[in-house]
Amino acid sequence: MSYIHADNLVKQYGTGEATVTAVDGVSLQIGEGEFLAIMGESGSGKSTLLSMLGGLNSPTSGRFHVNGIDVYALTSDERADFRKKSIGFVFQNFHLLPYLTLAENAMLPLAIEKASRKKKLAVATDALARVGLHGKAARLPNQISGGEQERVAIARAIVNRPPIILADEPTGNLDTRTGAEVMKLLALLNQEGTTVIMVTHSNEYAHCARRLIRLSDGRRLGEETVMEKGGTNISSCRAA
Amino acid sequence: MTLKTIAISNLRRRKARALFVLAGLLIGVSTVVGLISLVKEMKNDINHKLEMYGANILIVPKTENLSLTYGGMSLGGVSFDMKEIRQEELRKITSIKNAANVAAVGPMVLGPVTVGGHRVLMAGVDFTAAQILRPWWVPKGKLPAEEENAVVLGANASRVTGLKAGDKAKINGRELVVTAVLESTGSQDDELVFAPLRTVQSLLGKQGRISMAEVAALCTGCPIPEMVKQISEVLPSANVMAIQQVVKGRMETIGHFENFSYGISALVLFVGCLMVFVTMMGSVRERTVEIGIFRAMGFRKSHVVRIVLLEAGIVGALAGAGGYLAGIGATKALLPLFTEGHGPGGLSFEPMMAGAAIAASIILGIAASLYPALTASRLDPNEALRAM
Repeated sequence: MSYIHADNLVKQYGTGEATVTAVDGVSLQIGEGEFLAIMGESGSGKSTLLSMLGGLNSPTSGRFHVNGIDVYALTSDERADFRKKSIGFVFQNFHLLPYLTLAENAMLPLAIEKASRKKKLAVATDALARVGLHGKAARLPNQISGGEQERVAIARAIVNRPPIILADEPTGNLDTRTGAEVMKLLALLNQEGTTVIMVTHSNEYAHCARRLIRLSDGRRLGEETVMEKGGTNISSCRAA
Repeated sequence: MTLKTIAISNLRRRKARALFVLAGLLIGVSTVVGLISLVKEMKNDINHKLEMYGANILIVPKTENLSLTYGGMSLGGVSFDMKEIRQEELRKITSIKNAANVAAVGPMVLGPVTVGGHRVLMAGVDFTAAQILRPWWVPKGKLPAEEENAVVLGANASRVTGLKAGDKAKINGRELVVTAVLESTGSQDDELVFAPLRTVQSLLGKQGRISMAEVAALCTGCPIPEMVKQISEVLPSANVMAIQQVVKGRMETIGHFENFSYGISALVLFVGCLMVFVTMMGSVRERTVEIGIFRAMGFRKSHVVRIVLLEAGIVGALAGAGGYLAGIGATKALLPLFTEGHGPGGLSFEPMMAGAAIAASIILGIAASLYPALTASRLDPNEALRAM
């Protein structure tokens, strides 16, 4: 079985005639350390699929395993623990907490860890430095640019070093140059061994991934390999 | 960064909501503290006034005869075969458990004498204790000292005998000076001739013996029935009685005040809790996305509950402290309106009440926030992050 294995995932909302099928029988196999892009038009079900891959959204039917763990067979608390250890989320709208400093936002996932504040701060500062925000730890989110906010969101996602990063339209609210910098950052993380699954409707940024799948009306249309395994895509993202 | 940091930071950010919750609890706590303090001070005031009523425990010799007097009127010529108590036995009262609550003990010896050709009842009293036991006495003249050969006449006794302050009266062959005449009291005291205890004991040949004793024991927290029992135990030859009308009246008045204050307190606290509940529910709805982020990052439901309850607890603690101070302040301001002359001088910082106010406020804040906290924890993280 591959590292991430989704088998015939279906997600329906509503009942009876009002039933809407957001994801319709999608199967996926993603290897450890892969960089997968999911593309599709608005309403194609890509965000719903991503939330199911993140253990946030129980499928109506189908099975989903990560590293052999049947994620949706876990209890609510076990699934929360699974997310804490295994998944880092990067949201489209950053979703930083406006009342916390950048360092505090970055160390948010550590709030439930038993460690000293000093240690947590050191880890968060290191994560901020990795995304190029060294020296801005004490600022509030409204004191930095959109691109920097996205970087903080990435720092928050990687602060506890999860093996998987799920990014939903990480460049959606950014200009081209800033978007490219964020993509380069994700590519770097992938190069360091993190599995990255990214939803995007940008063809350019999708090509930063090694593999690309397309969705339409909740169904998987096809797949293309952008780059052979082991290749680096940092330069191509820089070009983007 | 801990859950406490998140809770405190959120309170700082949402100051208006935090202040609203604070106000709800603060008003509730200050009302309760204010009412309890007010009732306590009013009880003190009432007790102070009741003490002015004088004795409230009577000690009389045990007898098998029933009294044939009512309202000061004697019905039938029943011989007055009185037994007596040994005066030294009264000292045992100082050994009872509640001895500290005894304000005064007034021994009294009674006996008929002839003054100016009139038969009157003479009472030997301790005039120092009498001033506590009979604060309503208004003497025209000076009350005598313990060993003095002097008498004080009740208003009617003075009128009937024609004696006034400064006159001399011959009683049982002994000449005594009238040092004072009491203004009319409307009680049996008007009919009596009072003299120092030892003087009367000597005149009546009852040295070391007394006819009865009065005890003043009205004060905050005095358990009168318990004290009656304790005195009965140390004076088995005496019949000890509480003046029930005063005691019951006092307890009833205090009871009414307490019931009123508890009722109002419960109502205000309920409204305060409702304010906390509504505000916290609103806060949870406002923070749907934030809660979704927490859950996405691996926070368990219990972590979300803890954040909400921590916020409520912190606000509750502040409201408890503020409510205590506000309640005491309000009592100080209002007390003169509810009492006469007994000002707020007795009000002081009470660590127990302050601690109880803070603890109660925290508990109420948490209790009122429990449902909003559970609602927050039950939020579907995917629904919460719909914008994701």
